[in-house]
Amino acid sequence: MNKITIEPITRLEGHGKIEIFLDEKGNVANTYFQVPELRGFEQFCVGRLAEDMPVITNRICGVCPEAHHMASVKALDDLFGVVPPPAAVKIRELIYMAFYVTDHTTHFYALGGPDFIIGPEAPPAERNILGVIKKVGLDIAKQVIDCRARNHHILELLGGRGIHLVAGVPGGWSRAVSVDERRQIEDIARKNIDFALFTLKIFSDIVLKNSAYLDLITSDIYLHKTYYMGTVDDKNRVNFYDGLVRVVDPEGKEFVKYHPKEYASHIAEHVEPWTYLKFPYLKNIGWKGFEDGINSGVYCATPLSRLNVSDGMATQLAQEHYEQFYETLGSKKINGRYQPVHYRLATHWARLVELLYAAEHMLELAIDPEITSDHIRNIPKEIKGVGIGSVEAPRGTLTHHYISDTRGVLTKINLIVGTTNNYAPMSMSIKRAAQKFIYNGQIVTEGLLNKIEMAFRLYDPCLSCATHTLPGKMPMEVTIRDKDCNIIRTLARD
Amino acid sequence: MAELPKISIYWASSCGGCEISVVNLNEKILDVAANFNLFFCPCLLDTKKTDIEALPDKDILITFFNGSIKNEDNAEMAHLLRKKSQLLIAFGSCSSEGCIPGLSNLHSLDDQMNAIYLDNLTTINPDRIIPRHETIVPEGALTIPAIYDRVRTLSEIVEVDYYIPGCPPEPHQIWNVIDHVIKQRPLPERGSVIGAGRSTVCDECSRKKGNKSIKKFYRTYEIVPEPETCLLEQGLICMGIATRDGCGGLCPKVNMPCTGCYGTPEGVLDQGAKMAAALGSILDIGDVKGLTDDEINKRIDDIINEIPDFAGMFYKYSLCSSILKGKVI
Repeated sequence: MNKITIEPITRLEGHGKIEIFLDEKGNVANTYFQVPELRGFEQFCVGRLAEDMPVITNRICGVCPEAHHMASVKALDDLFGVVPPPAAVKIRELIYMAFYVTDHTTHFYALGGPDFIIGPEAPPAERNILGVIKKVGLDIAKQVIDCRARNHHILELLGGRGIHLVAGVPGGWSRAVSVDERRQIEDIARKNIDFALFTLKIFSDIVLKNSAYLDLITSDIYLHKTYYMGTVDDKNRVNFYDGLVRVVDPEGKEFVKYHPKEYASHIAEHVEPWTYLKFPYLKNIGWKGFEDGINSGVYCATPLSRLNVSDGMATQLAQEHYEQFYETLGSKKINGRYQPVHYRLATHWARLVELLYAAEHMLELAIDPEITSDHIRNIPKEIKGVGIGSVEAPRGTLTHHYISDTRGVLTKINLIVGTTNNYAPMSMSIKRAAQKFIYNGQIVTEGLLNKIEMAFRLYDPCLSCATHTLPGKMPMEVTIRDKDCNIIRTLARD
Repeated sequence: MAELPKISIYWASSCGGCEISVVNLNEKILDVAANFNLFFCPCLLDTKKTDIEALPDKDILITFFNGSIKNEDNAEMAHLLRKKSQLLIAFGSCSSEGCIPGLSNLHSLDDQMNAIYLDNLTTINPDRIIPRHETIVPEGALTIPAIYDRVRTLSEIVEVDYYIPGCPPEPHQIWNVIDHVIKQRPLPERGSVIGAGRSTVCDECSRKKGNKSIKKFYRTYEIVPEPETCLLEQGLICMGIATRDGCGGLCPKVNMPCTGCYGTPEGVLDQGAKMAAALGSILDIGDVKGLTDDEINKRIDDIINEIPDFAGMFYKYSLCSSILKGKVI
């Protein structure tokens, strides 16, 4: 049997590897997306002090340490049986919004955006951040740098460090916001809103007004009808920091809504021997393999998923863009809710709707008088011994679960990490793209590389949490082997 | 115009935070681009291993190597980049000293696999499958690199010219090093730590220091520390006294103790031993006149027992490069 190996960062740099097997007719028999790395946090966190976990689990991912820090500190609130004061919750959320603004901005301009801004058919050498600068101008590049810088400034100011924050404590936050700082943060939040609107306009001008791009978004190459997961507030609106986890089926009907503490009743993980990463799925549907549809436990947890599970956005401008998103993509309202959008490439747009929400919500928090309260910590009085916390990481629902002894020393931990949620859907998207571009022994070379790359990237698989790759411009190498595994052809993306 | 000198930034087993810290140079990134040819950086560019192999030896001026060595692929890249680089810099805590993931050296690989794939709260694995190097699937054979039984630092694999500490290194320190190279200033002796100070975090910390005398240790969740006094004097285990300066004393600024990410100060071999020695000299066990040895030891134990995780507190970042190394040697 013929085997094609696509190694995103070449075999030896291995943080992700795709194997494509062809059948006798030269059609795709199967594909395997392998994650060749493992760092073992589940084991070496045993024996650690519970309160060290926000600092330790930061190191799962240097791209989204803020998400781990927040999920961890929420798990500690639970483990120590302590409720943080309102100001501390608001400071945490404010920091989290600043983080979302930088993270989604980076993805759009440096990672996923080039596919659209430069164009999916453009030469690969131009489809990168430098190409974006060339197309949209150096002035915009400076705005992107400014946006990252001003929000990272907030992270360092309030979190202690620009990367790998330290200020999260069970029952609160270790550092208050002064009146002067609040003014500065308000100013930054306003700039963020302008920047988000400006970014949505770029998306509208370049992508939505181009029928070829719209056709690509709505083509069946990137269509998957799975369950969707995301966190919602008490009005079923998107929330990144807190709420209930809602799962809708491929028709958009609510399948379940549960408190994050009940996650283990709803999520299970499947193991395959050929990869170190596990495959989460809906426990009450079951693992049926890499399959779409209502009978398969595969679910997706991404910006698109969060929009699909919600009834709307909690801020005004983001809500307007939310409605435009569903109307433009032809979704109908049933019982007051839009039907899910299954076009996975629309995730890029959904991410920008979320960018706007994060910026608007950051402003709401910044102008809340309570944010400058100096009551930012409640001291725990007990150690309950079990703590579960979750947030929406940019790349999916993130859950931390700790069990400790009576001294608060951990005896067991479990993690369901953002990108990992999407491991099965990513594998399926890769297979779909491969099937589309390899048939009857014909291999559409550049199309294959481009389109598989796009199938991958829409999930924002900086895969940081899982494989730690940031494939902004993913190098690819395809090796085609005959049935005796001799290399008969090599395709490379330079 | 002469060709710009090549630099590369590579990640082995890492979290990506070192790369983000480089990106956090913000507008100075443009200065980097003006002075160097960033030739290889899997995070942002698509140059491949074959492109590196094709270079003459020592063609890359500097490689900033982050991440620890956790599998055979990491080790092979370390050898290749060593060969092709004039200067190989261990960049950040993972490659310098193993960092937090190095704590896995306290456990066997079997225990790690067990915790993830078998004895796990959400994993349903009736066939007790554990990922392995080679798997035969219906269509053929699939391979993944074998995981080493312990985490290694870069200098355990190849010769390292310089070390830049920090988890991650702070952007202003990264810039100091790059600016130094741009201005062609002489480099210090090979094997030195650069992009950091030579003293301890206490030198950079603005908190007031008095006589250190500790009657009781507190865990960080137990007290709200007074905002201006040394955290160690308030009974919090602040690693600043056993940690190299260079970060700017960031964590104490937000009322949290230093956790030691900048590694050992100049001339210190073992960060945990240094911390234990420092604490030993400041414990206040009261008047011991007339007490038996057992009674004195009990008083010391009572204070020390407030810290139930020595490895995680004292060797959070440096276990791999410490005298102890871990349980799996």
